[in-house]
Amino acid sequence: MTPRLNRFETIGALMVLSLVIVAIFAPILAPYNPTRAVAPTFGNPAPPSAAFPLGTDELGRDVLSRIIFGARISLIVGVSAVAVELLIGVAIGLAAGFFGGSIDFILMRFTDVMLTLPGLLLAMALVTVLRPSLLSILLVIGLVSWTGVARVVRAEALSVRGRDFVVAAQALGAPARRMIIRHVLPNLLPIIVVMAALGTSGTLLLDAGLSFLGLGVPPPTPSWGRMIEEATIYFRTAPWLATFPGIAIFYAVMSFNLLGYGFLRRRPQ
Amino acid sequence: MIGYIARRIVFGAVVLLGTSIITFLIAFVIPADPAVAMAGAKANPQTLATIRHELGLDEPVYVQYARYLDRAIHGDLGRSYIRRERVTTLIVERFPATAVLAIAAMALSLAIGVALGLVAAAWNGRAPDHLLLIVSLAFVSMPVFWLGTILLIVVGLDLRLFPLCGFDGWSSLVLPTVTLSLGSGAYYSRILHTNLTAAMEQDYVRAAIAKGLSRRSAMMRHALANALLPLATLAGLDLAGLLSGVVLTETVFNWPGIGRLAYEAVFNLDIPLIMGTVLFSALLIVLANLAVDLVYLWLDPRIRLGNAR
Repeated sequence: MTPRLNRFETIGALMVLSLVIVAIFAPILAPYNPTRAVAPTFGNPAPPSAAFPLGTDELGRDVLSRIIFGARISLIVGVSAVAVELLIGVAIGLAAGFFGGSIDFILMRFTDVMLTLPGLLLAMALVTVLRPSLLSILLVIGLVSWTGVARVVRAEALSVRGRDFVVAAQALGAPARRMIIRHVLPNLLPIIVVMAALGTSGTLLLDAGLSFLGLGVPPPTPSWGRMIEEATIYFRTAPWLATFPGIAIFYAVMSFNLLGYGFLRRRPQ
Repeated sequence: MIGYIARRIVFGAVVLLGTSIITFLIAFVIPADPAVAMAGAKANPQTLATIRHELGLDEPVYVQYARYLDRAIHGDLGRSYIRRERVTTLIVERFPATAVLAIAAMALSLAIGVALGLVAAAWNGRAPDHLLLIVSLAFVSMPVFWLGTILLIVVGLDLRLFPLCGFDGWSSLVLPTVTLSLGSGAYYSRILHTNLTAAMEQDYVRAAIAKGLSRRSAMMRHALANALLPLATLAGLDLAGLLSGVVLTETVFNWPGIGRLAYEAVFNLDIPLIMGTVLFSALLIVLANLAVDLVYLWLDPRIRLGNAR
């Protein structure tokens, strides 16, 4: 492990940092209030101009300000959903890989079953039932995304479990809890970090997809996915409305993909 | 070998059973009352009670589940609360549109993946490889519904090449197919690149090169066949996913497939239809898994000759 960042990690980290800064300082950075009509429009979106660099939507709201504030929801949902995803996936994968036997069998068959369920459809159904809110969306996204994490963590835990230092600890009579916390979990950290980064790009896309389908954080809170959904009827007359929020989603997802790919390159093939 | 196939089939059946239980439990906790959904909010209590009794909703959960399972095994997934039609009829009706799109998208994804993967592996570690890596990461990072909308804006509006929405004729297939294929094609190309470069280091390939075969021929004739195997697994499962409907792409292009059906079902809380589409999707995934296992059996002699577990 070299302490120096590789090129992917550097660019990815800078992009993520820029997103975090935009999200934190949104009220300072945004030129207008994102939920108020600030341009005199009469039901027609206005094209980009000096006053409104990315144009305004049909209600006269500034697109740039809405995108800046949208970073908040996207980051909060994306990162918290990954936390939920990792919590479930690591717990199940670790238990299966460490204890083996019938625990492994039952947990992995449960994972197989969850893998056959269509994630987006399941998420749509659960969010509809729970009513869309910040909390319900991030919980549901985590709940439908953990299967991949569980499988990878199980495989990794299985291999760490067989290594000499873990076997030695067991021979010395270390209890399971101590072996997991002191020996297995620290060795799983590198792969967990990779999955956290790559997983965030996945949760960001799922969140964007849900809000595109009208199942995002409810209005008036600006969300990138819903901005695109609202813009689809204007795609002929006001193409900028759908273009810019999409670039924002793309930028956020790409930043975490670059970071995750950079982390991945550190691991021996 | 027969034992292996039998084990895979039993395994698939067990997974499906598990899926049906989870789907049923989710549907059971949905706080929508089917009787109200059918009779309307103003129905009198007597009518509601009758409907509940007819649907068997007044019985214990396990009885309801047993009945549901029994019907499902016989191909009856119940009736849609809203459309009043059989769920299986609705799915069969929508399947052709989805199937056409799924097969076209998979074909294009594989073509893109194999072509770009070969190029990246042939120039491994050099400029074309790096460029393709960045391009692939970019396509994987694009939300599919945005890519579709942008294609509509660029192609549909300015060039007027293709019909924009709905399913009318083969040219309407182009935009949704491209939308679905760019991301997965880019992903496949990276998988193939990894497998190919690993295969090129194997003894049998190095032996072929040592005997005088060019690197390019060694890659095409010897390494490619082995590198394609893992891609086949991935493609099989992805095809099952595509066949069970692609909600976002079908929404953007107003494509009359199973994805739209599922979308409507969720918005109307049409429970039998939601359960039906979910189970249908799970069935396809299980069948795809089985198919992939069988294809492996055929392609990989190591499994066929007794190392199978």
